[in-house]
Amino acid sequence: MAVDGVSWVFGDNIDTDVLAPGQYIKLPMEELMQHCLESVDGRFASQVKAGDVIVAGNNFGIGSSREQAALALKELGVAGVVAESFGGIFFRNAINLGLPVFTPLKSPPAPTPQFRLSDIRAGEPVSLCLQQATLVCPDSGITIQLQPLPDFLMQMLEAGGLVAVLEKRFKSGS
Amino acid sequence: MLDTHISDTAKTLHETSNLTLAQRIIGKASGLDGEAEVSVGNIVTCKVDLAMMHDSGGPRRVEPVLQHLNAGLFDPDKVVLVADHYVPADEPESRAILELTRQWAIQRQVTFYDGEGICHVVLPERGHLAPGMLVVGGDSHSPTGGAFGSYMFGIGSTEMAAVLATGEIWLQIPQTILLNWNGVLPERVTAKDMMLAMCGRLGMSGGRYQAVEYVGSTIGTLGMQERMTLCNMAAELGAQAGLIAPDNRTMEFITKARRHNRQTQNLVGSALMDDKRANADSLSTRSTWHSTPLQLADECHDFDASTLSPQVAAPHSPANAVAVNEIERQSVDVAYIGACTGAKYTDLAMAAEVLAGQTVNNKVQLIIAPASRQDQERAEQEGLMSVFEDAGARILPTACGICAGYGSERLGADINCISSTARNFKGRMGESSSRVWLASPYTVAASAVAGYISDPRMHGDGAG
Ligand code: SF4
Repeated sequence: MAVDGVSWVFGDNIDTDVLAPGQYIKLPMEELMQHCLESVDGRFASQVKAGDVIVAGNNFGIGSSREQAALALKELGVAGVVAESFGGIFFRNAINLGLPVFTPLKSPPAPTPQFRLSDIRAGEPVSLCLQQATLVCPDSGITIQLQPLPDFLMQMLEAGGLVAVLEKRFKSGS
Repeated sequence: MLDTHISDTAKTLHETSNLTLAQRIIGKASGLDGEAEVSVGNIVTCKVDLAMMHDSGGPRRVEPVLQHLNAGLFDPDKVVLVADHYVPADEPESRAILELTRQWAIQRQVTFYDGEGICHVVLPERGHLAPGMLVVGGDSHSPTGGAFGSYMFGIGSTEMAAVLATGEIWLQIPQTILLNWNGVLPERVTAKDMMLAMCGRLGMSGGRYQAVEYVGSTIGTLGMQERMTLCNMAAELGAQAGLIAPDNRTMEFITKARRHNRQTQNLVGSALMDDKRANADSLSTRSTWHSTPLQLADECHDFDASTLSPQVAAPHSPANAVAVNEIERQSVDVAYIGACTGAKYTDLAMAAEVLAGQTVNNKVQLIIAPASRQDQERAEQEGLMSVFEDAGARILPTACGICAGYGSERLGADINCISSTARNFKGRMGESSSRVWLASPYTVAASAVAGYISDPRMHGDGAG
């Protein structure tokens, strides 16, 4: 299968101050995003490529409501974030901005080998498939079943986010 | 056992409805009557009773989206804007942001508070909140509004723009997690200590982005501003909203706030939820919506207030909470009484109680930024501000101050700070080498006097 990018692996509690540091929040997004995650991985902003996937532990995106935290990742080309759990406001913001966010399926169907997110190595090739709700790492043979999103949220992601949904609504005059 | 504190009226109401407090509010806002539809996990679209924004996430972020959509405001009377994050404007960027905020308020004709204090404190003190309302705020500490029985939660600015354009928002019906406190709080132990203890026990994701509701005999004894501290830090528990069912104290506070503001200014008025408005039943009917009984909750955690001692959360997480008297001696460079969490009138009164007749240790800088102008004025009238000055404190303008590290006042390198704010994430209040301990205003004040983190029952005025 075609592999879209590589994994960037982070631990627990990656907060919004790490994703979009307060001291740079006044700057335009093109500059702010250069500081995304710099306090945990100085290479991230300069080396992340379109199609790469973030793999993280618990509470990804906890903290403030600043949506620059999700937007910076999207603008840097990140294809999605798969984490054990998310900060609630970050999760909403990500969907609303069209950035896919998933958690692993709690109890995957029996035949699936029981891989965990923590089995994924940093920098290995990965593909995030929204339709099938899977995260696949061909090199290590890891496939992780993801918790499918409710239809309402999938439709918003597929449309490209909340603004895209509203565009239709306001243009069709309803 | 547990629901002995829930009145018989509450039981009857719930016997007929079988919904939690959060579900009742959301059910009402989404126009669903059937209990089947208001079931946990369902995604519903709610009508928004009020939208609150501040200068940081507000106009400068939402206006481009509104223009892109060519959309106006769904109802300017239901929008409140507060300038607090970039106040005082002591840098060119901050000045530009504030100017844009002011222009937008005039152009879009929304209720605007400029230099009046921090949004989460200004909103209730001006009478904008009432039980049963569904309110969104462009800030993560928006759950503060839950102290008044409103289902209030924080959203990002794109989502805020969508609310402003449509008056609607999607919600997944949350589970209800009860945080059940019983017993009498000891002297100088506060809502902040309760909150830190809960963060310590449940962790920063203990709220699972569901609704937490504070119940039990202790809650009823707390004043409204102490209840606000509890709901404010529902954010640190990772909950979507933090609720306290309304009681007489709630209704007294709201009635007084509305009367006061009708008399003193016409600035409000429009966004003030008047009895004539569509949600007129807020105050009459919805104030009888009582606490969720145990059998309807998805989870319940019991806490004993009587055995609680002052807490402190070590860097860099509110979940690192321990009893103050259990930590090793920790010196302090800066003591900060500030934020929506820790500088309301009640918080200032706690600090003043400790500081009366004392002076701040000469190695410590005590900085105080009152949470609202009204609270600061009251503190002034009661002589609290002169207690602070006599003790050697520096007073900052009423605004977010150092809390979010947005302005020029920030913590320097390697600074040890004890703070009455809600968050001690690395680098939030300044340099990433600075370290912040969270505590109650009592504990912050006692530590400022001692020069190291101290139990407020052992230090300061009246200590025995
Ligand atoms: S005082 Fe701090 S926590 Fe409160 S709104 Fe301002 S920045 Fe946020």
